Amino acid sequence: MKSIAELEAIKKKVLDNVNLRKEREDGIRVVVGMATCGIAAGARPVMTALLEEVSKRNLGNVVVEQTGCIGICRLEPIVEVFVPGEEKVTYVKMSADKVAKIVTEHIVNGNPVVDYTIGKAEN
Amino acid sequence: MQEISLHILDIAQNSIRAGAKLIEITVTENLKEDVFSFTVKDDGCGMDEELLKKVTDPFVTTRTTRRVGLGIPLLIAGAEATGGNVKIKSKVGVGTEICATYSHSHIDRQPLGDIASCMMSVISMNPDIDFIYTHFYEQKSFTLETRELKAVLGDVKLSEPSVALWVKEYVNENLTEIYGGAS
Ligand SMILES: Nc1ncnc2c1ncn2[C@@H]1O[C@H](COP(=O)(O)OP(=O)(O)OP(=O)(O)O)[C@@H](O)[C@H]1O
Ligand SMILES: [Mg+2]
Repeated sequence: MKSIAELEAIKKKVLDNVNLRKEREDGIRVVVGMATCGIAAGARPVMTALLEEVSKRNLGNVVVEQTGCIGICRLEPIVEVFVPGEEKVTYVKMSADKVAKIVTEHIVNGNPVVDYTIGKAEN
Repeated sequence: MQEISLHILDIAQNSIRAGAKLIEITVTENLKEDVFSFTVKDDGCGMDEELLKKVTDPFVTTRTTRRVGLGIPLLIAGAEATGGNVKIKSKVGVGTEICATYSHSHIDRQPLGDIASCMMSVISMNPDIDFIYTHFYEQKSFTLETRELKAVLGDVKLSEPSVALWVKEYVNENLTEIYGGAS
């Protein structure tokens, strides 16, 4: 059974990893739309998959955040990726399945997954 | 909306948008009385009487990104389909309390679904808001208070992914326990 005491160990791990905390401050932001339209379309499993992937790979430079309605409800779930110094990339009709690829190719290797972006969906 | 937990997640978003500092989420399952209910209570900006009267109508929103508000009307539809209802109390400057009640055994009652992921999501995405989540099942109950977690975590934020995932597992294990142990 998990106990709150376990959090001590997790805390220690995070604090020991000084780089991890420093990098987060001006790193990559991944933002999930969490208004009713996003939630109904499946934003929650996308959010869970993002947190799992970021934690599993120990990506110190990535912050996962939420926002309200992005304004294009029919394309939800929507995920926006902000890489410092680059243009925002908007991924639409997201699913948990697509998360691993976006994390590997875009967030880690720096190449946006064009097939999943809004530009592709609109064509 | 396929799960009641998604409604809870969604109604909590209203509280977040209302600037709440403390959000209390309570789920009650009472099989004997055939009640499934949840309450989301916040200390956000509240609603004036005029808005309060209107929010139960579909298509009322104060958001600017689109012209319809879906959250509350969808919640009402789901509860009423089981013979239940939704009650909203709100006061400007004090806060809002929304309570949805369902018939537990009704065939059209949506399943609770993955409440642990919903709690993880609201808590980790809003590390500066305090949450109290209580779940009653028959005689048993479980409470998660983020203030207790913060006391242990100190400078480490609830938004830290490894902490977020711990929250999810912690909720899941405790729910298994109140639902009657080993799953
Ligand atoms: N907890 C709350 N505190 C203050 N105002 C609220 C609260 N809940 C709802 N409201 C008001 O009621 C309106 C309607 O809420 P509802 O959830 O139905 O739609 P929405 O949040 O505007 O949009 P959507 O839920 O579709 O993303 C909101 O725009 C807001 O003005
Ligand atoms: Mg809403």
